[in-house]
Amino acid sequence: MSETSAEQVASTEALVAERKPRRLKFRIFRYNPQDPNSEPRMQEYRLEETPFMTLFIALNRLREEQEADLQFDFACRSAVCGSCGMLVNGRPTLACKTLTSDLPRVIHLHPLPSFQLVGDLSVDTGSWFRGMSERVQAWVHERAPFDPEAQEERMDDELAQAIYESDRCIECGCCVAACGVAATNDEFVAPAGMNRIARFMMDPRDGRGRRDWFDVISSDEGVFGCIGLMACQDVCPKELPLLEVYAYLRRKALGGWFLGGK
Amino acid sequence: MSDLQRTDVLVIGAGLAGERCAMEVAASGRECVILSLVPPRRSHSCAAQGGMQAALGNCVKAEGDSPDVHFLDTVRGSDWGADQEVARIFADNAPIAVRELAHFGVPWTRVRAGTNHYFIKGEQVAIEEPKEKAGLIMHRDFGGTAKWRACYAAAGTGHAALYAIDSEVIRLGITVRDRMEAIALIHDGERCHGAVTRCLRTGRLGAILARATVIATGGHGRIYGKYTTNATINEGAGAAIALATGRVPLGNMEAVQFHPTGLWPSGILVTEGCRGDGGYLLNSAGERFLVALEPEKQELASRDVVSRHMMNEIREGRGVDSPNGPHLWLDLRHLGEAHLTTRLREVYEICRDFLGVEPWNELVPVRPTQHYSMGGMRVNKDGEAYGMSGLYAVGEAACWDMHGFNRLGGNSLAETLVAGRVVGRRIADALERTATSADIALVDQAVEGQTRRLRSWADRPEGGSVYEIRDAMAEIMMNRLGVFRTGDELDSAVADLRVLRERLRDASLRSTSPGPNPEIGFAIRLEGMLDLALVTAEGARARTESRGAHSRLDYPARDDERWLNRTLARWPVDADGPVLDYEPVGLLDLPPGERGYGHAKRVEMEMSLEDYNAVVEAAQREQGRLASAEAIGSQLREGAWRAAEDGSKA
Repeated sequence: MSETSAEQVASTEALVAERKPRRLKFRIFRYNPQDPNSEPRMQEYRLEETPFMTLFIALNRLREEQEADLQFDFACRSAVCGSCGMLVNGRPTLACKTLTSDLPRVIHLHPLPSFQLVGDLSVDTGSWFRGMSERVQAWVHERAPFDPEAQEERMDDELAQAIYESDRCIECGCCVAACGVAATNDEFVAPAGMNRIARFMMDPRDGRGRRDWFDVISSDEGVFGCIGLMACQDVCPKELPLLEVYAYLRRKALGGWFLGGK
Repeated sequence: MSDLQRTDVLVIGAGLAGERCAMEVAASGRECVILSLVPPRRSHSCAAQGGMQAALGNCVKAEGDSPDVHFLDTVRGSDWGADQEVARIFADNAPIAVRELAHFGVPWTRVRAGTNHYFIKGEQVAIEEPKEKAGLIMHRDFGGTAKWRACYAAAGTGHAALYAIDSEVIRLGITVRDRMEAIALIHDGERCHGAVTRCLRTGRLGAILARATVIATGGHGRIYGKYTTNATINEGAGAAIALATGRVPLGNMEAVQFHPTGLWPSGILVTEGCRGDGGYLLNSAGERFLVALEPEKQELASRDVVSRHMMNEIREGRGVDSPNGPHLWLDLRHLGEAHLTTRLREVYEICRDFLGVEPWNELVPVRPTQHYSMGGMRVNKDGEAYGMSGLYAVGEAACWDMHGFNRLGGNSLAETLVAGRVVGRRIADALERTATSADIALVDQAVEGQTRRLRSWADRPEGGSVYEIRDAMAEIMMNRLGVFRTGDELDSAVADLRVLRERLRDASLRSTSPGPNPEIGFAIRLEGMLDLALVTAEGARARTESRGAHSRLDYPARDDERWLNRTLARWPVDADGPVLDYEPVGLLDLPPGERGYGHAKRVEMEMSLEDYNAVVEAAQREQGRLASAEAIGSQLREGAWRAAEDGSKA
């Protein structure tokens, strides 16, 4: 069945949804690297849909009622912790906030690509993000040690809000999974990495100047590696303005090149 | 054995409290390893929304604020159950903790000079914030506080704080072993030497030997099953493994906080900042019922008080019917789209994603939901366990105990950082004084014990489902250990939880796949959760009074004559239930009195404060409290609240 006809089925079924709950068909990627007898495969499960069913509810029901060793990750189940990124019908997204009623009757689930597989739908985003943070040194490079007696440094609220805007990334990995460059180049800092760089670059508390940043961003592993597919912004569950982030970084990189910077 | 690691300090849990504690240890030059169920930034600290309390006094509505006023609010909020010395340490250090977070990069919302529009007690008010305060850290109003004190970054305060702290952990090069759980403590009956671990990538057991071990596993809201705002990982593993030593008591486990505004029916949190910024609670008739019930504080009384009023509305038939049961409304419409998509942005996103609702157009269905565990591993003011040296606890996993029987909103986020700083430093100091190493036989014994435990699960004949037992536990906890409690229901809860423990012995696994089998992981955590549930029920049944969040319909008065104390529950090895003891709450500086909201009956203490205070030290020592770096009472500034009391009424 093609994707289009699946959607048509879904919309037809939505019309009668009030009378008759749908019987969902899940096709889920299964592979347990710890089990020598396990082979990568797609496995099929059926589940009756309930009102306001999310993939958090559906996957837990599948595990508790049908497949006790099914692996997946959830923690907050409110779209703030970033644990549950996965491919839902081919698109990277947070499973916990995905309502089954927004999906066709047949639901394909795969783990996020570009990350090490832990098992089934679970991937190791933690190691990737720690590695990225170490690489771009994603912390405030302090200019003076903290003085517990002193009043806080002042900051304009507009600037605080701008920093908060890119600080909202929850490291779910959806943008990395959607990135064509990250898929082929392990060295690419990827959208989440570039957003992190921009976040510290605009923060006046960080003592790094243009020269410090130049090597990190002005290369094929940095902002000039991006080939502009922009799937990252399309899939970002937090709706981060990643396009603006790249524009900002390119301006900064070019400024650093021509002007010499600080 | 497969995996044995040695380190100076083992921190179990990578939320704000654990990571801040680890930073302090690492800064002293000691080696530190952090264990975490999930990558650190996914810890439940990230879900804290509305704010972090610290008396900076930066905006007009915060004028006159000070740590003294914060101390007063905290003790009153606790319904006098708090250790007042700890409340003092906390209030004094909270401003430092908030400013330190600014130093680490948290983009706190800042004061905007000029005319600002706020909603206060149902009225829109224009307030002129002075130029000289421009750019300082802004505050918002929260429940149970005399001043605006909550510092915030939109409604993502916990997220911003956790990312800043974890950045520092990375900068310091601290090892974090994520996807790894601690399933038992290694100890010799007197001293803790680390923990037996289970890897959630491979399922393999291992051990980490440490000279100091810190429990920083957060709360145990999941003993209420789905009726909690907590993440799925808040299963109380730290409290459970401490209890399993047979030596270490848990404090005040019956003190369970219900947050007034859990989204109904999913239980997802919507912050108290909604009401702090002017949101209303409405009943089915569309009435703001709290205006009449709490004329002074209205929607911003403490959480225990607001939750009780809400449940009374529902019990008296003024709830809104829904297929999932009755609820009330949170009305944010008047705050407007601009405010809701900026300063309460995460609330707007939750409403959109999980309800399909625009909160500036529509009402939000809410109901009191389990939210916070005031109880936890009992520790002294250095964070060290009662009854076992070398074992510490910080944050929600600990009963330190600054929250007593009710925590104020925004105080827990501040506690994580204050406790992390203080306890981390105490641990670093203690390492200078102690030179211990564990007998390797002790380690083998502990790992073998856990291997047998896991094997016994794998070898069981076909039996009941662990998930059915979890669901039965959740119904008992929510229906009989909820906002209101009665003796009959508590009797039946204790009996039924004991039956569930029997049923768990006959339950079996559906899968024995090798590797990080999620079912066996849950099964062993459920054993601990049922222990915590029974300790909670036993403590609640024994406490025949109403104090803070522990509200007995059959004993409606707060009884300072009999119950101005802290419950301590130990579970002797191989016993079939906990043993309860009691200790004085700590030195009293602010005498027990009225909270100023949620007016309730009281039985006054006949003993004088002096007589009460005279026995605290000996009574606590008898319960296993270890000596702390400074003598008891050294941090209390007697009577300092007197001057503050006048200010706090302004």
